[in-house]
Amino acid sequence: MAKTHITTSINGEPVEFLCEPNQSLLEVLRNTLGLTGTKEGCGTGDCGACSVTVDGRLVCSCLVLAVEAEGAEIATIEGMAQGETLHPLQRKFLEMAALQCGICTPGVLISARALLEKNPNPTETEVRFGLAGNLCRCTGYDKIVRAVMEAAAEMRETV
Amino acid sequence: MTDIRYVAPQTLDEAVSAFAAAQGSARILAGGTDLLVQMRAGIVRPGLIVDIKKITEMTEIAETAEGGFRIGAAVSGTTLAEHGSFGKAWPGVLEAINLIGSKQVQGRASPGGNLCNGSPAGDSVPAMIAAGAVVTVQGPNGRRSMPVEAVPAGPHRTSLAPGEILVSFTLPPRPAGSSDAYLRMIPRTEMDIAVVGLGANLTLQGGVVTAARIGLGAVAPTVLLVEEAGKALIGSRLDDAALEAAAAACRAACKPINDKRGTIAYRTKVAGVLLKRTVAIAAARAGGN
Repeated sequence: MAKTHITTSINGEPVEFLCEPNQSLLEVLRNTLGLTGTKEGCGTGDCGACSVTVDGRLVCSCLVLAVEAEGAEIATIEGMAQGETLHPLQRKFLEMAALQCGICTPGVLISARALLEKNPNPTETEVRFGLAGNLCRCTGYDKIVRAVMEAAAEMRETV
Repeated sequence: MTDIRYVAPQTLDEAVSAFAAAQGSARILAGGTDLLVQMRAGIVRPGLIVDIKKITEMTEIAETAEGGFRIGAAVSGTTLAEHGSFGKAWPGVLEAINLIGSKQVQGRASPGGNLCNGSPAGDSVPAMIAAGAVVTVQGPNGRRSMPVEAVPAGPHRTSLAPGEILVSFTLPPRPAGSSDAYLRMIPRTEMDIAVVGLGANLTLQGGVVTAARIGLGAVAPTVLLVEEAGKALIGSRLDDAALEAAAAACRAACKPINDKRGTIAYRTKVAGVLLKRTVAIAAARAGGN
C-alpha cells in the first residue's frame, strides 16, 4: 500500500510522517511518532481518552484520519506543560488527587483546557457538560470537576 | 488488507467525479464520527475515501438572498453554534445538532453526515424536517433539490442516486413570530441515542398558529414529517384540544420497534408527550420573536 507523506504541526513543532489512508491520527501519534501521552480507550469516540485539538478544535483523535492532519495544527498532552512548569490544570489535578489510574487524565486535561479557553468561568454544570465526552472509571468525577473549577479560578486571577 | 485511497478535492466537480468513478466503493468523509467507527468495526471497507471538507460550499454557512440560511453538508455542530445569527433564527435545529455526542464529536459531526448515515434516531433530522429544509445534491447528472424528509429511505439507506453527494441544506426565511425547538427522550441526561425525538417549528400571529411543521424520529424506519400534527395546530391558539389532536397524530404516525431503549407502547406514548412539550418551547420562543 502506498503511504502518504503528511506535513503538519504538533505542539508548535513542524512534523512530517508517512501514513496509510485508513490510519487514525491516534495510531500515528502513538505508534509512528511515539507520542504515547494520548491514550486509546474505546476507539469509537465514546470515551475521550484520545482527545487532542486540531486547529484549536477539540476532537477524538481515534475519529480523525492521520491524512487529515496535512497542514493542520495539532495540540497533544505533551505540549501542555512549559518545560518543567506544569499547566495550572495539571498542577491542580495533582494537588487535589483528581486521578487514580490516570488513563483518562490526558484526555480530561485537554478537554478541560479547551473548555476554559471558551469559558474561563464555568459553572459546575458547565464543567460536567464540557467533560461529558471524557469517561473516568475511577474517580466518580467529583475530584476532576473540583480541580477544574479550582484551576479555572486560579487562571482567572493570573490573567 | 485491501488497498484504500484518500482524496481531498478542492471542488465539488472533482469530488463528484472521484466518488462516481469509484462505483459504490467510495465513502464520503465529513466529520468521520460514523464512518471511522464503521470502518474500524469492518462494517464498511471503502476503496476510496473522499474528504469533502476542502470544498468551500460544503463547509460554509451563508445567508440566502431571500433571508434564509444555506448550511454546507460538512459544517460541524460547533461551527454552527459559533455562528452569530443562525441559532437565533433556528434554535431548535441548533439544539438538535448539538445533542449529537460529546464536545469532541460536535467538533466534527455534521448535519449532512447525520442525515446520510440514515439512522432513524439521528437527532438533527426531525428538526431539519420541521424547519422545512431543502437539500441540494450533486451527482454525475448535475444538481437537484428535494425536501429533507425525502432523503431517508430506510435504516441506513437514503434516496440519493449512485454517485450523488449531499451538498447543503437550505432553510427558508423566518417570518416574524416564528421559532422552533427539538426534544428527545433518553433514559439519561446526556450522550445517548434518542428513544423518541421530535422537532417542532411554529409561526404565530396574535397568538394564533399560522404555520406548523412537526418532524418525528426514532419511531419508524425513517424520520417522519407528521403533516397531520402540523394541520391540527394551524388555526389554533394551542389550546388543549388542538395539542391533543396533534399528539394523537404523532402517536398514529408511530411504527416503532421494541428494543432495549424502549417498547412500542412506550415510544408511542412518549411521541405524544414530546409533541406537547416541544410545541410549548417553540411557542414561547416564537413569542419573543
